[in-house]
Amino acid sequence: MEKLIEKYYRPRLPHIWCPGCGNGIVTSSIIKAIDKLGLDQDKTVIVSGIGCSSRASGYLNFDTVHSLHGRALPVATGIKLADPELNVIVITGDGDGTAIGGNHFIHTARRNINLTVILFNNNIYGMTGGQYSPLTPTDSKATTAPYGTLERAFDIAELAKAAGATYVARGTAFHANMLVDVIAKGISHDGFSLIEAVTQCPIYFGRQNKKGDASAMLKTQRDNAVTVEAAKKLSPEQLEGKFKIGVLHQSEAPEYTKQYQGIIDRAQKGAK
Amino acid sequence: MAKVLLLQGNQACAEGAIAAGVTFFAGYPITPSTEIAEIMAKRLPEVGGKFIQMEDEIAGIGAIVGASLTGKKVLTATSGPGFSLKQEFIGYATIAEVPIVIANVQRVGPSTGQPTAPAQGDMMQARWGTHGDHPVIALTPASVPECFTLTIKAYELSEKYRMPVLLMLDEIIGHMREKIEIPDYDTIEKPVRKGPRVGPNEFKAYEPDSDGVPPMADFGTGYRYHVTGLVHDETGFPNGSPAATEKLLKRLHEKVERDIDNITMYEEYKLDDAEIAIVTYGGTARSAYAAIDMAREEGIKVGMFRLISVWPFPEKEIAQLAQKVKVIVVPELNYGQMVGEVKKAAEGKVPVKPMSKYDSEPISPKELLAFVKNL
Ligand SMILES: Cc1ncc(C[n+]2csc(CCOP(=O)(O)OP(=O)(O)O)c2C)c(N)n1
Ligand code: SF4
Repeated sequence: MEKLIEKYYRPRLPHIWCPGCGNGIVTSSIIKAIDKLGLDQDKTVIVSGIGCSSRASGYLNFDTVHSLHGRALPVATGIKLADPELNVIVITGDGDGTAIGGNHFIHTARRNINLTVILFNNNIYGMTGGQYSPLTPTDSKATTAPYGTLERAFDIAELAKAAGATYVARGTAFHANMLVDVIAKGISHDGFSLIEAVTQCPIYFGRQNKKGDASAMLKTQRDNAVTVEAAKKLSPEQLEGKFKIGVLHQSEAPEYTKQYQGIIDRAQKGAK
Repeated sequence: MAKVLLLQGNQACAEGAIAAGVTFFAGYPITPSTEIAEIMAKRLPEVGGKFIQMEDEIAGIGAIVGASLTGKKVLTATSGPGFSLKQEFIGYATIAEVPIVIANVQRVGPSTGQPTAPAQGDMMQARWGTHGDHPVIALTPASVPECFTLTIKAYELSEKYRMPVLLMLDEIIGHMREKIEIPDYDTIEKPVRKGPRVGPNEFKAYEPDSDGVPPMADFGTGYRYHVTGLVHDETGFPNGSPAATEKLLKRLHEKVERDIDNITMYEEYKLDDAEIAIVTYGGTARSAYAAIDMAREEGIKVGMFRLISVWPFPEKEIAQLAQKVKVIVVPELNYGQMVGEVKKAAEGKVPVKPMSKYDSEPISPKELLAFVKNL
């Protein structure tokens, strides 16, 4: 681990995250996946939006962009299309990626551009102090929902799949090794990949909803997650209140930047 | 080989971008700027570049910010409502020092306004549309050939100062057709970005040279630096201390201010002996040439100071003008925007009269002549 820290992290401590926050675990899972694949550090770019989770880009020793709230995907699209040689990994929060960035999310998935998106799902807006997000479960408390949320939450994995993502997976901070694995598979996948990383925010989501401290929240992740394989053997009743982890969807479709090369070839033939 | 063509202002802007070496365009269609996107969609792949139509204007500018970080020259084009959507990223590119060019072909507003009618109503949006204190460079062409040359100039400036440059066209200029001589693009000097002169280990992404501008490394070349919209130190890492904040914001302003004489561009037309000065820009300047010629025939001594760079505003030059003439007239297609700047610069030394028109029609030479005669 020390070797990984030296190699992949900028010497920037202390970080801004609260004690018990799951963001560190998810970030290190990304690093372990990058290391496992042996990606060229000089050819790997990390782009994030704005939020607690999105601050991860600053700690990592790559070309990194901490962009605007909700706008990581357009910036990442520009980078990838301008230079398809680069591995482009996006870090986003549930609010960042699905509220303000929701439209970019569905369109980037639809294009099937080869980006890997890791969406840190802590069910809340952490950075702004605990307001509800599109991934906050119904009837939860948030500073902007003191009587409980009315809205139904997105299933971001289903949304990604419906929008055209060709790789969709889910992991949790508790199942950190498995998270490394599904992230690595997503990076290797040639097309738009979404990995939902379920993580705990004990400070805002946890406190407001009486979910206990970080270790209690990690145990909840352990108890409610069911692997895709195990889920096949369970009845709908047994799956009530549980969520699936692992690779949820994988399919083949033409990748955008490769297709674009075809446009250039056609245009240049025409121009000659 | 040079070619003589009949082109629209929007076309000349697109061709100017190609001539300057642009290889990436991302945007979202909006009248009256759409032709720029359409031409780029056709032309860029021909030169090995890339065009992408994004889901909205915010995504369009976000994508060009990303592409610029890989070392490409980039363009997006829009009109008023889209320009508003792009504002947050304009600020981002300013503080993160990412060179980008945005063409705004102005139409009547606010809101959806009059999509096909000319206006010059975004001049203050160009200056103050994004948030916070920041410098702006905005250029305003008044002819089709100038759309071409000023677009190339926009890249020179944005690469040199590492910041967004705004091309403020209006519908008159964007949709007007004129004869233009287009040189062979190989003969056009391509603006270059100042690259790092030290290795990755010594490189600090936001350490400025003596000109206040830090050299910029392309993503993917091993420099591994951090880009953020937060106030940052010389390494690019966020640092919100009062000292770091003041230092960064001051440098952003000063890299433009110290070079203001090189950035400022204007044209003087029959101003030498003028008693009345018309200060104007863009499509409205077209009518001013004609009105001045007509007035001169009647023995009225009128001349024009045409703003080419509108931001930074040529305060010094306007102050000098205010010493020379008896009255300044500022015709523009809005309720009065740049006239405020002219008044500020003139400091009460001379009366400054707005001639505002906002009925979606251009100001005609006759109207302007009548206004001048009525002073
Ligand atoms: C345009 C804009 N609107 C609002 C904000 C304020 N803001 C910053 S982070 C954030 C929410 C972050 O929540 P999430 O994406 O879930 O990330 P987390 O902090 O929970 O990791 C908001 C609303 C902003 N920075 N920019
Ligand atoms: S507020 Fe929540 S998400 Fe943000 S750092 Fe603290 S624990 Fe983590």
